[in-house]
Amino acid sequence: MYGFLIGVGVLLLLSVIWMVYRIQTLVSVVKGSDKKLETTSNKVNAFLFIVFLVGTGVLMTWYSIKEFDNYQMPVASEHGVITDELFWITMAVTGVVFLITHILLFVFPYKYQYKEGRKASFYPDNHKLEIIWTAVPGVVLAGLVISGWLAWSDITAPAPEKAHVVEIMGYQFAWEVRYPGKDNVLGDYDYRLINASNSHGIDFTDKNATDDFPSPKVVIPKGEPVLFKIRARDVLHSVFAPHMRLKMDAVPGMPTRFWFIPTKTTAEMRAELKDPEFEYEIACTEICGRGHFSMRKIIEVVEPAEYQKWMAEQKSFVQQNPAIAQGQKVEVKEIAGIEKSERNK
Amino acid sequence: MATATVAQQDSAIYEHHEQEHHEHEHHDNFITKYIFTTDHKMIAKQFLITGMFWAIIGGFLSTLFRLQLGFPDMNLEFLRPLLGGWIDEAGKLDPTFYLALVTMHGTIMVFFVLTAGLSGTFSNFLIPLQIGARDMASGFMNLLSYWFFFLSGVIMFISLFLKTGPAGGGWVVYPPLSALEQAIPGSGMGMTLWLISMTFFIASSLLGGINYVTTVINLRTKGMSFSRLPLTIWAFFLTAVIGILSFPVLFAAALLLVFDRSFGTSFYLSDIYVAGEALPNTGGSPVLYQHLFWFLGHPEVYIVLLPALGITSEVIATNSRKPIFGYKAMVVSLLGITVLSFIVWAHHMFVSGMNPFLGSIFMFLTLIIAVPSAVKVFNYLATLWRGNLIFTPGMLFSIGLVSFFISGGLTGVFLGNSAIDIQLHDTYFVVAHFHLVMGSASFFGLMAGVYHWFPKMFGRMMDAKLGYIHFWLTFVGVYMVFFPMHYIGIAGFPRRYYSWTNYEFTNMYTDLNMFVSVAAFITFAAQAIFLFNFFYSMYRGRKATLNPWSSNTLEWTTPLHPGHGNWPGEIPTVYRWPYDYSKPGAAEDFIPQTVPLSQTPESNLPHEQEQVKLELEIMKEEAELLVANGSKH
Repeated sequence: MYGFLIGVGVLLLLSVIWMVYRIQTLVSVVKGSDKKLETTSNKVNAFLFIVFLVGTGVLMTWYSIKEFDNYQMPVASEHGVITDELFWITMAVTGVVFLITHILLFVFPYKYQYKEGRKASFYPDNHKLEIIWTAVPGVVLAGLVISGWLAWSDITAPAPEKAHVVEIMGYQFAWEVRYPGKDNVLGDYDYRLINASNSHGIDFTDKNATDDFPSPKVVIPKGEPVLFKIRARDVLHSVFAPHMRLKMDAVPGMPTRFWFIPTKTTAEMRAELKDPEFEYEIACTEICGRGHFSMRKIIEVVEPAEYQKWMAEQKSFVQQNPAIAQGQKVEVKEIAGIEKSERNK
Repeated sequence: MATATVAQQDSAIYEHHEQEHHEHEHHDNFITKYIFTTDHKMIAKQFLITGMFWAIIGGFLSTLFRLQLGFPDMNLEFLRPLLGGWIDEAGKLDPTFYLALVTMHGTIMVFFVLTAGLSGTFSNFLIPLQIGARDMASGFMNLLSYWFFFLSGVIMFISLFLKTGPAGGGWVVYPPLSALEQAIPGSGMGMTLWLISMTFFIASSLLGGINYVTTVINLRTKGMSFSRLPLTIWAFFLTAVIGILSFPVLFAAALLLVFDRSFGTSFYLSDIYVAGEALPNTGGSPVLYQHLFWFLGHPEVYIVLLPALGITSEVIATNSRKPIFGYKAMVVSLLGITVLSFIVWAHHMFVSGMNPFLGSIFMFLTLIIAVPSAVKVFNYLATLWRGNLIFTPGMLFSIGLVSFFISGGLTGVFLGNSAIDIQLHDTYFVVAHFHLVMGSASFFGLMAGVYHWFPKMFGRMMDAKLGYIHFWLTFVGVYMVFFPMHYIGIAGFPRRYYSWTNYEFTNMYTDLNMFVSVAAFITFAAQAIFLFNFFYSMYRGRKATLNPWSSNTLEWTTPLHPGHGNWPGEIPTVYRWPYDYSKPGAAEDFIPQTVPLSQTPESNLPHEQEQVKLELEIMKEEAELLVANGSKH
């Protein structure tokens, strides 16, 4: 019954709109206003541009200020401070252009709306003007590009040798983290070695692999360079650590990397944001299938001393699961070697 | 070249035929007139109607995923009759199908609506009419072009109804995801159909493009030099050139993907362990696909945008009653964009893992392309300045386009800067950017074109008031949909996310997303006004006058319902550029291109006065030739 009544209502409404539409068409035919150019509609449209300019201008300004703390994400890496600065410089430059061009674009229609008897200016070109507005954007853009290029070169330069290495491997639909252990060198891997007990495909015949250890989260020291070695096991993924201003695709068959220096520990950020629950997060930003939206990993930034302590507490793959090393002679020998050398210290 | 010559002969024969039997139309039956037609005007209408069909589908798909994004907790049980198993027991949209929706929305909008619907419609309709040609160089190729497009559409449409769903790897269909059925069900049959469909689409677009280029080069009427071409034609011409050079590369990319999918090659695949199994492929590179894809993908942006800019140039000049400001600068910037569009593709790949040095190079090249784009905006503004503006719906949509072009273009300055792009890449900032600059701007160009040339297409006027309502609802609506996405993007929200509640940093803005969704629904619904106006006016609209906008270009010299061949009798000769609006001294505020300079001594500029003599000589020679030809019969 309800549906029927709503249907009747909608039908009535439509027929009213239809009648109004027909009547206004016929009236305009009778009045001959469809042949006029300086019409009420023309004036209304011209005026609406001003309304739009003011209305959206106020809305944009109000929302941009009100929400600033919400969309402006806190930054926690050294290069992030620089790219944020570039972002806001670009915002200022483009913001000015945005405002000026839009004011002109919407004021001109109002100012120069059709008037009977007035003639538009025949103004086909002005070389001086055109050269100016080719050169000025050229110079401004050059400035922006060069500053961007300098920052980009620094960010993508090879990582310092002492950088702490963390391997992040993406797969459907999670990340796995591997640390190189004391030697700071990751052991070899081969995707053909992947099985239920060796999800990374680590090659345990490589002695560098013996002290590699897994971690449920990414733990990194504050103030020291960290190098993410990124790879993917099945399809493309992308490591996105928004607070670190870090993003790099994970590509099967082609390891990638990104290094940075975190500047605030998780605890410091919690205090700053007054949010005891705060965590640095990693998300996936390259479409990878059904669970693309759920590849969360936590980064914990700690003081360097705490980091060293945490490192020492971790158990290597081999220690956690001696079975995976069994039958691999080279590797067994190496463990013995390391244990011996540690005892000798 | 051969086809062009044949076509010229054809049109010569046609002309001859027309002169002998004045207005003697040969009668087409329904099939040759409406279905397998070779008349460029009918083919244009076929492209337009098909494009509108796809726009409705593409827009509708976006309302489905906006429902998920704006109202994540809503029970979508009411969609079950339509989506069946894609709504799970709890009444939630299936996350895999969400990805399929996003993928299909992108594919449909980019290729079927904004490439075929825009370029296919207006290149076909306007090139012969505005350069003074009887038809395209090859009517048959033109016919094939449409029917390949149609076939491609049928195949894509079928893929929507597969049990495993259509392709779901994003419209860019990056491998390995798009190559491995184990990774996502859409990469099975859905992806196969996607590839077949795109193959036909590429063939269609090449057939069309070759035709456009040939026609513009060879079939211009007497006096229609390149420097007298309307900017629409310049835009369509360069668009076709871009398409011819870039679409084959997409075909190559697709072909290699087909090999990887079906024949066990390893162009894009390497070191993959998926679904509990290590695949034998080694040595391939997914980044190779990205390079090939974006070698088309970026020029594609301009394939979509340039025709819209061309249409806008024409509509703004006509309705400002002013010559377009800086005609030469407009042409040079179009040329500049054409060339540069080929060497900026890797700015889509700054964080793809390619060598960062390449990133630096592409950053420089990318920001160069911003200069001609800026010049175009300034020239539009200068054209409006001190004009006498008539706000036809076409004019309103053109002004809207300029606004989107500015808003979306400026955010490109952020994204083209690789250092800033690290954070913004694949976030909603990118979504906002390209939906404004490429999606909405081109869509507004399409709308401006339809409103402006509807009288020429159907001999009737569209209702202006409904046009105004349509414009304001859509213009405000588009900004309400895409402007908030900038905030969401700066906050780091990634694209193609089914839900944002898994992360702390994105677990906010539910209200803003709801707002965006509601705005999207309203904007989509507002298009019904246009559809009504379009189809109603086609049959019941007011009869148009021959030149309703008092425009200078050649198409308005044809009869109200031009037959196949466009002009009864001879094709008019062109004596001037198309932008003589409000010329000082002239009685009217427009002088059509067919009016000789010698007839308008009162308004000629000094250098034009010198051309008058030459023009008179040519006209005399021609008259003699005509007399000589006439006496032969």
